[in-house]
Amino acid sequence: MLREAMDYDVVIVGGGPSGLSTAIKLKQLNPELNVCLLEKASEIGAHILSGNVFETRALDELFPNWKELNAPIKTKVSKEKFLFLSKSKSLSWPTWLLPSVQQNHKNYIISLANLCRWLAEQAEALGVEIFPGFPASEILYNDDGSVKGVATQDMGIDKEGNKKDSFEPGIELIGKVTVFAEGCRGHLGKELIKKFNLDEGKDPQQYGIGFKEIWEVDEKKHHEGMVIHTVGWPLDNNTYGGSFIYHAENKQIFLGYVIGLDYKNPYLSPFDEFQKFKTHPSIKKIIEGGKRISYGARALIEGGLQSLPKMFMPGALLIGCDAGTLNMPKIKGSHTAMKSGMIAAETIFEKLKDNKDLSIYEDKFKKSWVYEELYAARNVKPSFSWGLIFGIIFTGIDQILFRGKLPLTLNHKHADHETLKPANQMPKIEYPKPNGVITFDKTSSVYLTGTNHTDNQPVHLKLKDPNLPINYTLEKFDEPAQRYCPAGVYEIHVENNVNKFVINSQNCIHCKTCDIKEPSQNIEWVTPEGGGGPKYGNT
Amino acid sequence: MKILVAVKRVIDYNVQIRVKEDGSGIVTDNVKMSTNPPDDNAIEEAVKIKESGKATEVVAVTVGEEKAQETVRKALAVGADRGIHIKAEGIVEPLAVAKILQKIIEKEKPDLVFMGKQAIDDDCNQTGQMLSALLNWPQATFASKIEIKDKKLEVIREIDEGLETIEVNLPAIVTCDLRLNEPRYASLPNIMKAKKKPIEQMSALDLGVDTTPRVQLIKVEEPPTRKAGIKVSSVAELVQKLKNEAKVI
Repeated sequence: MLREAMDYDVVIVGGGPSGLSTAIKLKQLNPELNVCLLEKASEIGAHILSGNVFETRALDELFPNWKELNAPIKTKVSKEKFLFLSKSKSLSWPTWLLPSVQQNHKNYIISLANLCRWLAEQAEALGVEIFPGFPASEILYNDDGSVKGVATQDMGIDKEGNKKDSFEPGIELIGKVTVFAEGCRGHLGKELIKKFNLDEGKDPQQYGIGFKEIWEVDEKKHHEGMVIHTVGWPLDNNTYGGSFIYHAENKQIFLGYVIGLDYKNPYLSPFDEFQKFKTHPSIKKIIEGGKRISYGARALIEGGLQSLPKMFMPGALLIGCDAGTLNMPKIKGSHTAMKSGMIAAETIFEKLKDNKDLSIYEDKFKKSWVYEELYAARNVKPSFSWGLIFGIIFTGIDQILFRGKLPLTLNHKHADHETLKPANQMPKIEYPKPNGVITFDKTSSVYLTGTNHTDNQPVHLKLKDPNLPINYTLEKFDEPAQRYCPAGVYEIHVENNVNKFVINSQNCIHCKTCDIKEPSQNIEWVTPEGGGGPKYGNT
Repeated sequence: MKILVAVKRVIDYNVQIRVKEDGSGIVTDNVKMSTNPPDDNAIEEAVKIKESGKATEVVAVTVGEEKAQETVRKALAVGADRGIHIKAEGIVEPLAVAKILQKIIEKEKPDLVFMGKQAIDDDCNQTGQMLSALLNWPQATFASKIEIKDKKLEVIREIDEGLETIEVNLPAIVTCDLRLNEPRYASLPNIMKAKKKPIEQMSALDLGVDTTPRVQLIKVEEPPTRKAGIKVSSVAELVQKLKNEAKVI
């Protein structure tokens, strides 16, 4: 069946900080351009989850008057702490001994979801056409192999793939340039990286899984503007990760945990490590008596410059964390994502005006402060493959003494799906049962995300080999999907003494961890029907 | 035939509702809002009737703050021809909404008025009935099937005892049940076209309707959380607990 097609100057896939910045910058450079932006969530912001301590550098360039425009950036960081946790103690590290990249006194505690909503309002006011609820599910190519645009998902398909009465075919959106800004592990970005060999000569990409809860706490325990980071307990020395505790406005605390997806023990459950972390005396005392009001999880990029693929290809650009511009030691990616999007806009503007090649993106990117930042940050994450203690010592030398200018570059050796050891070689981990006050189970957590996918639609988590989970992954790794999924999508059910792999895809919060960590890369995340997934508020 | 459909903007049904700490209401900041689900059925039915050639125009109307316009825009994207937005801030009670709709109906003179059977935010289920009384028009509530028969309407109603079939004369008020139909998706080209369809804006004051609430909101509270259950070791213990602790047998 022929799909309807619509022509644009620029088609942008993804309404996060990078895609919205591209859209805005394009309209600022040339208000005549026809720009549309597709977003899979039911509204802009509903799939955005981030810490977030925000550095305003990119926003200062995009909207120097953002304060007058009433951007939702209000809480300046007023106090900072860095803690090493042991099982029951905490040791505070003096902030003047922190590398400057980890100092936040000029930054703000924000909700990135709210910032994106605000950016979308600015974009719409400039004439960008934003379509929430329309996931781009397919890349369209020209005969010469260049990217032509994208097609949106068909709506109204039942579980078996038949058209329902409500069937509505997808639309082809044709762009002179298409910009992919899907965020970490975008499923179209993944296809482009493979098709155009964008990661040739680069290290394998590194990922983490990040959790966030929002707590409303007692006024007396709340110090607006306070930022705390921790490392150590409950993770062992060989697992990369840490927490954040941000005292935001309205007596809210943004509490989160990030764990590197290069962990080795298949019994490790990132979700339960996060829950356990909250039982530490120095954390528990902050949230005790408070109320958890939000929950969410999302994979993030940790690979940095060594793993950053080429960001241009014929007809398209790959930006933000769809490529991987997050600055790991800074624990920040919003400002770099925005800047990468703004550079994309400048590149496209020149292409459309003077018929320049999209490859000028690379040169512009290398001359920008994003590259400078990522270059200085490049050795931090790989050094932690030697363990927390050596990682910290090396990072101290690299970041404080040499400010990232050491004349060597460490490499990422393995992709995250290659790092799991067989279950029989690793210790089992028993996690404490949730108490429903400080710690929770996955079901009640997912409930808070407002996640829903329309009934009777195809499962959007595809197995390349449907028998592999039981025949191989369960036997060798005790099927880690049961534990790495932060939403309880994957379960092993025993029916009449036969193991069955169950996918509760309606619970999926679109974090993409399964697509990354599955040891055989057997699970593929594809777009569900538009508007599905979480409905995050001020995450 | 002209059909007027009333739609309301409410908190999306997937969102977990949170009560404000001071008990003055529920949290709506940065919360995903959508069209009240049975209102989607009402729009769908009106558009279907128009597509079958039995109606010539579908007008969507809403009452609420500036952003309530999105709800009208969505109705336009699935097939309504034009919209009316009556601006009003804060809680607008069913009686006030009914009075506003009465004024609109006097002006628009529709043959049929559709709306959802109730809104999922306040669960009032009153507006349709009040409107019918104000206009002295027949009403068919909880409709799960509607058939137009000349100057009459045959409606199947979802009632506690089962299904009830009634006949009403036109013009009439019909409130729609979720079982009435399956609302369609708004397609991307139709969303674009909807941006160009007209939405007339006016305020409740322009229509001479006072929307000051008549009900005083004292306090909003969350329902008490259910206590965890216990396991008993024997039937005897269960019976003993039911008798002495729960006092139900």
